[in-house]
Amino acid sequence: MTTTTAVSAGPTDFETKLDMYKMQVALRQFETRAYDLFLENLVKGTSHLSLGQEAIAAGFATAMQKTDWTFATYRGHAHTLARGVPMTPVLAELLGRSNGLMAGKGGSMHLTSVEHGVMGSYAIIGAHLPIACGAAWSAQYRGTDQVAVCFFGDGSVNIGAFHEALNFAAVWKLPVVFVCENNLWMEYTRTSDVTAVANPAADRAAAYGLESIIVDGNDADAVYDVASAAIARARAGEGPSMIEATTYRHGGHSRADPGKYRPDAEVAEWLAKDPLPRYRARLLESGATEEQLSAIEAEVAAEVDLATEEAKAGGVPGEDLLMKDVWANGGSAWRN
Amino acid sequence: MAQLTFREAIARGIAQEMRRDESVVFLGEDIGAAGGVFKGTVGLLDEFGPVRVRDTPISEQAILGAAMGAAMTGLRPIAEIMFADFFAVCWDIVVNEIAKSRYMTNGQVTFPLVIRSGNGGGLRFGAQHSQSVENWAMMIPGLKVVVPSNATDVIGLMAASIRDDDPVIFLEAKALYSTKMDVPDGEIVDTLGSAKVLRKGSDATLVSLGYMVPRALAAAEELAASGIDCTVIDVRSLVPLDTQTILREVSATGRLFTVEENPRLCGWGGELSSIVSEEIFYDLDGPVVRITTPHIPLPAADALEDMAIPSVERVVTTVTKSMNS
Ligand SMILES: Cc1ncc(C[n+]2csc(CCOP(=O)(O)OP(=O)(O)O)c2C)c(N)n1
Repeated sequence: MTTTTAVSAGPTDFETKLDMYKMQVALRQFETRAYDLFLENLVKGTSHLSLGQEAIAAGFATAMQKTDWTFATYRGHAHTLARGVPMTPVLAELLGRSNGLMAGKGGSMHLTSVEHGVMGSYAIIGAHLPIACGAAWSAQYRGTDQVAVCFFGDGSVNIGAFHEALNFAAVWKLPVVFVCENNLWMEYTRTSDVTAVANPAADRAAAYGLESIIVDGNDADAVYDVASAAIARARAGEGPSMIEATTYRHGGHSRADPGKYRPDAEVAEWLAKDPLPRYRARLLESGATEEQLSAIEAEVAAEVDLATEEAKAGGVPGEDLLMKDVWANGGSAWRN
Repeated sequence: MAQLTFREAIARGIAQEMRRDESVVFLGEDIGAAGGVFKGTVGLLDEFGPVRVRDTPISEQAILGAAMGAAMTGLRPIAEIMFADFFAVCWDIVVNEIAKSRYMTNGQVTFPLVIRSGNGGGLRFGAQHSQSVENWAMMIPGLKVVVPSNATDVIGLMAASIRDDDPVIFLEAKALYSTKMDVPDGEIVDTLGSAKVLRKGSDATLVSLGYMVPRALAAAEELAASGIDCTVIDVRSLVPLDTQTILREVSATGRLFTVEENPRLCGWGGELSSIVSEEIFYDLDGPVVRITTPHIPLPAADALEDMAIPSVERVVTTVTKSMNS
């Protein structure tokens, strides 16, 4: 088994490290704002936050090329933003406004921005692993060097689609990277209570002829390193990889879930491993100044405020949208 | 003109489209080297090679997920689900992923893909390999549903389905695989959403689909001999549905009989009956009558299966009784 060591290199140039910090700050502040708006009853329905899991989205997005594809779950705000989708349309989508990323037709769980390579956020556990295989197959067939990166939770490793996709990707040698964000919990049940192996994804890798890889998912540099290696492998035609990134969600599963089913000591232990202060301290050690980092944080705060204003100012989606885009011709007619 | 079986028409239809468009690829279980379990894809691997015609593991979710991911990134995949009953193990990909994603993303993605499948009974395979599932597919917003009844239509509708930019469920009546007809030479391309009037009559309109089309036609011949003159329509595609042709022909005779292989509840004839009663109620001279497989899983024994699926005889007696009452 490969488990990454304590010293992780991360991106070689310092600017990229600063960008990666900014990205994590942006995801943190965005999700915090999304939570506040949920409590204000402005985010209707549901929402699943990535608070605590930002280093995985940031590490991978930094390692990916613009033309690569992201496949995310309903916990997909972070992965969507990390690919460069602006905050306003994402927030507006959460608020059900016409300036939303999908004009309000998808909602929090289905964020998609094809122009940014975000090929969808899927809310049926496991379903998007085979779909990511299909995109990877298309890249392989068309001879492009695109790679599909597919994120899912630890609870997703016990559903059939996971196993079908892993085997399929392996036998077809597809350029796809499967990323299990192991935050220890499914919704309200501990994954280890219902899973036959200790490392939900990594212990299954051997069954598909893949290397078993576990990375500290709260260390953006470490994530960046394994991501770069797996993506390079896929790009070189050497087939799929699966990475298990250990992490923790700081909040509950969804909506306003306080996550009280989790022991206090466990929560405290993981809050101490919060990826943001860790990365911040590392940057300071390697030469960044306090002013520099505070300026980044203030810049992001202003961005989130502006996005909130713009999202709230968005209109209500019009009736014209209701019957649109069932079919490729833009309509929904099923009869003449 | 050449004599072609329904199963040979499948390979010809796929080959016709693979020759003209490099982005058409084909995947499924046993479709390549074996030529398909029903021998419907013989010769495709030889002509197009293993990169375009790919055998898969027995992983229906992976097959359809791969087709979806490929379709949203520039290919036009054809996927085979060996028996339509197996849709049940990958229905999530069809219904929640393929059918909904274009709408959910406000039109950011399209899914130009075809899912072919061997549908329905008549082969004495028992309940898990015989169900006629056109009604499963018809009720899902976002899916087109095409059901050919003869070799020429297989080619033309296959071409139309492959060229269409939306996901098409293409259901092939297994019981028709060995049927033969003269098929024109050269390229054949048909139109989705166009029902065909196969026979014109003045007393009643029989609307049928897939395996039931030749039975409806045979029944119409017998009925004609006893003085009941029937129009017979082959619906050909449930979505889009050619209601104009159907409503026109039902109005003309004043009577509608549906001949359906799917089990009764929520079969396509129920929807048709509702459209007819809402839109041309005052043109009707009598009740709409549905002739369907009863609401049961299909039995295996030939004697029992024959009792279940609408037969020529059942169509004749049902129509006769209703017309004379
Ligand atoms: C097929 C299916 N079953 C159940 C659910 C309900 N559900 C949504 S999220 C979730 C927990 C998933 O946990 P995990 O995969 O660990 O992801 P996380 O939420 O921790 O990111 C469940 C059971 C679902 N969406 N899809």
